[in-house]
Amino acid sequence: MGAVSGAFAWLTTGAHWAGGDGVWHRLGEHVYLTAVCLAITCAIALPVAVVLGHLGRGGALAINVSNAGRAVPTFAVLVLLVLSPLGRYGQWPTIIALVLFAIPPVLTNAYVGMREVDRNVVESARGMGMTGRQVLVRVELPLAFPLIMTGIRTAAVQVVATATLAALPGGGGLGRVITAGFNRYDTPQVVAGALLVAALALLVEAFFAVLQRFADPSRHRRRNRNALGNQRILGIPKRWVTQ
Amino acid sequence: MAGQDCLAANDWICGEYVRSRSQELTDATLQHLWITGVSVGMGLLVAFPLALIARRWRPAAGPVLGFTTILYTIPSLAMYSLLLPVFGVSASVVVTGLVLYSLTILVRNIVAGLESVPEDVREAARGMGYGPLRLLFGVELPLALPAVMAGLRIATVSAVSLTTVGAIVGYGGLGNLIYEGMNSLFKAQVLTASAICVAMAVAADVLLLGVQRLLTPWTRAGRRKAVA
Repeated sequence: MGAVSGAFAWLTTGAHWAGGDGVWHRLGEHVYLTAVCLAITCAIALPVAVVLGHLGRGGALAINVSNAGRAVPTFAVLVLLVLSPLGRYGQWPTIIALVLFAIPPVLTNAYVGMREVDRNVVESARGMGMTGRQVLVRVELPLAFPLIMTGIRTAAVQVVATATLAALPGGGGLGRVITAGFNRYDTPQVVAGALLVAALALLVEAFFAVLQRFADPSRHRRRNRNALGNQRILGIPKRWVTQ
Repeated sequence: MAGQDCLAANDWICGEYVRSRSQELTDATLQHLWITGVSVGMGLLVAFPLALIARRWRPAAGPVLGFTTILYTIPSLAMYSLLLPVFGVSASVVVTGLVLYSLTILVRNIVAGLESVPEDVREAARGMGYGPLRLLFGVELPLALPAVMAGLRIATVSAVSLTTVGAIVGYGGLGNLIYEGMNSLFKAQVLTASAICVAMAVAADVLLLGVQRLLTPWTRAGRRKAVA
């Protein structure tokens, strides 16, 4: 328990929160980096996934990009980018690495969400005379919303985690508190930094879970649906089960 | 010698590096393999009873799955750092972290696999006089195998990738070489170690897919019949 009380003592020392190496500054960097990268990721991945899903093309690409993303070590890509000529451009290697690893969950989930919209519903919408664009905006997107949000939520947590690793090659963010602790053999600081990072990750996860719940366009109707009931209760994302 | 030049020039791809440091590369690869293997193996051993508890005793399902999800949310660097005071600087830090991560995927997939067994099949087995244990190992598990193996593949590939972060405590397998190469700006070392790492993940995935095919011959027999 010595480590926990040590970490608590570290966290309650005001001096550790102030200044360029302080927690507030590092937290600001971390949140800023996460927000920027998530925005870039959505701007790139969502249109591609939605259009591919609407047209029903490129399924293999959308699924395989996720598997590839898992096989490539984040740490290796971060170091490779920092050592590459890009490394001269400040934060850019970090941002590129973060976006690269955030794209797969957004792309795959949004694509699967679009494809899993009941075909009968889409056919009915067409039969009612809706144009392709109307079907997309009024039928497919609202129904695909939960999975699209799941993808963004997964990506957000992924970005928080990757941004932590960015501290190893000298990037900013809360990971710096941990690496600085390692460099000084200061275990309380390492644990304190880890607690901060874990808390941030859980907060981001919770934030998106709440957002997902309250922004769902068909949340009132979904409550009584039974088809997904079992999987919902267990919270099992389909992408883990079907392969 | 041309080979020496690429070391001096700090090229990305350098045959001389692979030749002169083959021992170092082999050691790192072996460390990577055993850390990943032990972690996923232990993960499977822990996940199996947890999944059975979650299935048998409904009130436990929510907390078990919720807890493993929370574990999965914690970034790897933070996870290893939190385990540092428990184990000190040792391979146990990395192995424990990886076991905890693999639990999320394995427990979910084992539960999902067991849930996917049709009730009729269970009923039929019971009618044939199967006891609970024989039902589980003789009927339910084989039928749950595709989902379990899918989880095992994801857990293994993730573990190969996450092992590299273990370099922070010096037990990261190929990650150690990446970490060293990062500090000394040694490009060939970083690229070679990264490439071996990706190759290892792909090889493990293909290997497990092969195992799955061998263990579930009926899935292919059925498909072939359906086509014919």
